[in-house]
Amino acid sequence: MPTPTTTVPFQAVLDAHGSALHRHLVGVLGPHDGADAYQETLLAALRAWPPRHDGNLRAWLFTVAHRKVIDHARARDRRPVPVGSVPEHGSSGGIGAGPDLDLWAVVRSLPDKQRAAVALRHGDDWSYADIAAVLGISEAAVRQNVTAGLDRLREVLT
Amino acid sequence: MSDALLAELTLGPPIEAGAHAAATASALARADREGLVEVALAHQDSPIGVLTLAATSAGLVRVGFPREHDTMADELAVELSPRVVELPKRLDRVRRQLDEYFAGRRRDFDLDVDLRLARGFRRTVLERLYEDVGYGQTRSYLELAAMAGSPRASRAVGSAMATNPVPIVVPCHRVLRTGGALGGYGGGLDVKRWLLALEGAGGQLPFDGSGGAQPSFEARSS
Repeated sequence: MPTPTTTVPFQAVLDAHGSALHRHLVGVLGPHDGADAYQETLLAALRAWPPRHDGNLRAWLFTVAHRKVIDHARARDRRPVPVGSVPEHGSSGGIGAGPDLDLWAVVRSLPDKQRAAVALRHGDDWSYADIAAVLGISEAAVRQNVTAGLDRLREVLT
Repeated sequence: MSDALLAELTLGPPIEAGAHAAATASALARADREGLVEVALAHQDSPIGVLTLAATSAGLVRVGFPREHDTMADELAVELSPRVVELPKRLDRVRRQLDEYFAGRRRDFDLDVDLRLARGFRRTVLERLYEDVGYGQTRSYLELAAMAGSPRASRAVGSAMATNPVPIVVPCHRVLRTGGALGGYGGGLDVKRWLLALEGAGGQLPFDGSGGAQPSFEARSS
């Protein structure tokens, strides 16, 4: 049975979720790629607007964003990584909180699902169910990804 | 659980002040260039409160009084398209002309007006009003009915005024009861009186019934 398209004005979604979306993308991609992905997400969302979707428009918007994050993460992985920009191991060299060892830099080094799950669950207080909708996986799988991601953060940062 | 870690995650990443507004504006400007914005919105301060303005590619489609500030985007999403976005640039010309009008420096609007939200006879009435009833003039509902080609349709003219999607620019404030009583106004009678006074038409001008009322500069005739 077809879902009716929403009649919510795009501006309302932008007002409600734009700021959190931008912040999330800066968290998982850094300020520069995050801002790019944010703009790409708005364009893609507006092209697809109105979605055949009657329920969770936030999850719909972040699903669009998640694809952009994966594109950017792939592109980044293909670029040469400056030495020390992404810590591979729990180095306590330096004071431990230098610009290259900050928490979000480590979040960015996590695998796609862990990165998204940790950032949404703990960076933006999402429910496991909503994260599951964005990632297209079960809630149990979301929990596993959150746990694995946090374990990795602790391992690197402490 | 390492609560310091979770607390830091909860704070989120740092974002430069102004970066969000800039990124949003840039994305929406690009969306506009790609033709993705079907309804552009802007808000404009004025002596009668904050007006909400909306434009399609055909022109100014809606002027909302302050009480419509929070509901207009929803209405336009249903009536026109959900691709409604705040894009003040698309309304710069309208905003400038409204500023000039409210400052008493503009008598005629030189704007493309999109009357698609008015249908049939109501639209014909609004077209006649926009084109033929100038600054400082007034007409009665009956006269406007005659101008629109249906001399007995004064009630239909009344509903065309009550549902005018583009008030102020399409000057329904210039339409009064026969005899000069104010009649009604979507923005409130105080606003109607204020606009007539701004234009020098006075609030309660005796109406001469000739259909050719001239602009009057006696703001307070009695």
